[in-house]
Amino acid sequence: MSVPDGVQESRAAWRLGIITPRRKKIFFGLLVAAGLVLPHLVYPVFLMNVLCMALFASAFNLLLGYTGLLSFGHAAFLGTAGYVTGYLLKAWGLPVELGVLAGTAVATLLGWAIGALAIRRSGIYFAMITLGFAQMIYFLAVQLPFTGGEDGLQGIPQGKALGFIPLHDPYALYYFVFAVFALGFGVIYRTIHSPFGHVLRSIRENEPRALSLGYDVARYKLVAFVISAGLAGLAGSTKALVLQFVTLTDVHWHKSGEVVLMTLLGGMGTVMGPSVGALLVVAMENYLTGFGDWVTVIIGSVFVAGVLAFRRGIVGEALHLVRNFPF
Amino acid sequence: MTDPTAPGDGLILETRHLTKDFRGFVAVSDVSLRVRRGTIHALIGPNGAGKTTVFNLLTKFLPPSSGAILYRGEDITRDRPAEVARKGMVRSFQVSAVFPNLTVLENVRVALQRSLGTSFHFWKSDHSLKVLHGRALELLEAVDLAGLRDTVAVELPYGRKRALEIATTLALDPEMLLLDEPTQGMGHEDVGRVVELIRRVAADRTVLMVEHNLSVVADLCHTITVLQRGSILAEGPYAEVSRNPQVLEAYIGAAE
Repeated sequence: MSVPDGVQESRAAWRLGIITPRRKKIFFGLLVAAGLVLPHLVYPVFLMNVLCMALFASAFNLLLGYTGLLSFGHAAFLGTAGYVTGYLLKAWGLPVELGVLAGTAVATLLGWAIGALAIRRSGIYFAMITLGFAQMIYFLAVQLPFTGGEDGLQGIPQGKALGFIPLHDPYALYYFVFAVFALGFGVIYRTIHSPFGHVLRSIRENEPRALSLGYDVARYKLVAFVISAGLAGLAGSTKALVLQFVTLTDVHWHKSGEVVLMTLLGGMGTVMGPSVGALLVVAMENYLTGFGDWVTVIIGSVFVAGVLAFRRGIVGEALHLVRNFPF
Repeated sequence: MTDPTAPGDGLILETRHLTKDFRGFVAVSDVSLRVRRGTIHALIGPNGAGKTTVFNLLTKFLPPSSGAILYRGEDITRDRPAEVARKGMVRSFQVSAVFPNLTVLENVRVALQRSLGTSFHFWKSDHSLKVLHGRALELLEAVDLAGLRDTVAVELPYGRKRALEIATTLALDPEMLLLDEPTQGMGHEDVGRVVELIRRVAADRTVLMVEHNLSVVADLCHTITVLQRGSILAEGPYAEVSRNPQVLEAYIGAAE
């Protein structure tokens, strides 16, 4: 293929040149290595919490960052999956893997039902429909007997992975959660970088144009919504296993707001952004507990300052800097 | 190009008594349009004449209140917009319709991608899209954009965006192109370029275009339909239409 060389061409060459496929592989290799070593340096339960919220935020970002849909009801998927997994493990004594799978499956189905209605509208109306459904789920969580209502679902047994690895051991549990995260993150990464992901991006960029090119925009949005809901569910099921309890906070709309915050803080529409945002928010919630109720004020201030200073989010700004660095 | 004035040329697109009523405001009234295969057909008229509404009706972005639309003899009045596009009738938009944060190459590739039939495959790597690059570059070459393949579309000047939009539309190899004011907002030089481009791509296609600029239409289009207040005022070749006293009045009236 002969392409005339020009200024733009060479400019584009270095733009693509800094983030090469090789360097990407090294970067992800280092991340995996860090993920394997970290529990020996940092409190594992904290790390597991971060991983669950990172997966939740990454799933959410598939919609907001890559499809252009702002869901304001994602806690419904996180919480529902958590309750289902918790209940099945506790009351039915299902194996861990099946419990997590069942929670994920229920969240996926719920995503399909809510998504099919919500995608009929766009923008703020879409957000409000998702919020409305999430409120209904919250109501169900308060009312249904199996959720434990105000008390929550307590004492979820952790059981044994693959039938013989006892998950009450924090390290074993950590590696289990890490594997789940890697799997979920892998699915998201692949989806973003797939033919389907490219169509999603075109919908985000210009929906009427995507339509005029013959894409049934609504069907693509629905598939994206279902994938996102399912993975948010996977995060919720795993979280239930880690903390051994599920409470109303997991289905509360605060959680739906928190995930928006994490994603914007880290950088929406970037692969790593939501995870970075989740790390920050969970760290602040954990290490600032001494400040009591002031934690929300501090997180709020960090969020406002972060969004004002880094419009693209932390990762977004970093990528922008790297890509436009003049050398 | 075949002689468009020759009798017996087949119709590719036809509307019968097409009407669009927005809660009492009749934007399009009883429009029966006949576009012959292989011609460049213009839809002109003063502001608010209903040109863009007709376009939105034809491409199903709006449902008509009454009337029928036939494409290649088939009734498409109830089709969905994506279906119409897949049948080979592809539109452009009045405001330049690129995918702003995708590169020039990616813009065209998204249009080509549908032909692979893998557009729902979220488990497949996007390396599978590389087979499309050759064709995408050919299309970009045709509009002089191959050198800018990795530029993000939002950084292109306006005229180049319109060219990219046309290349993207052509990627679908449509039988019929609907262009909504392709030269709107362009400088004189770019207008000439786009007119040439339209002439070139119309060699083996039918083009229906909405245009405001009479001089563009004059030597480019075979047939001109003049709309006024939602109805057809006159129809025919430029020479004929431009002498029509009603058309002159509508245009001069609008200019005042």
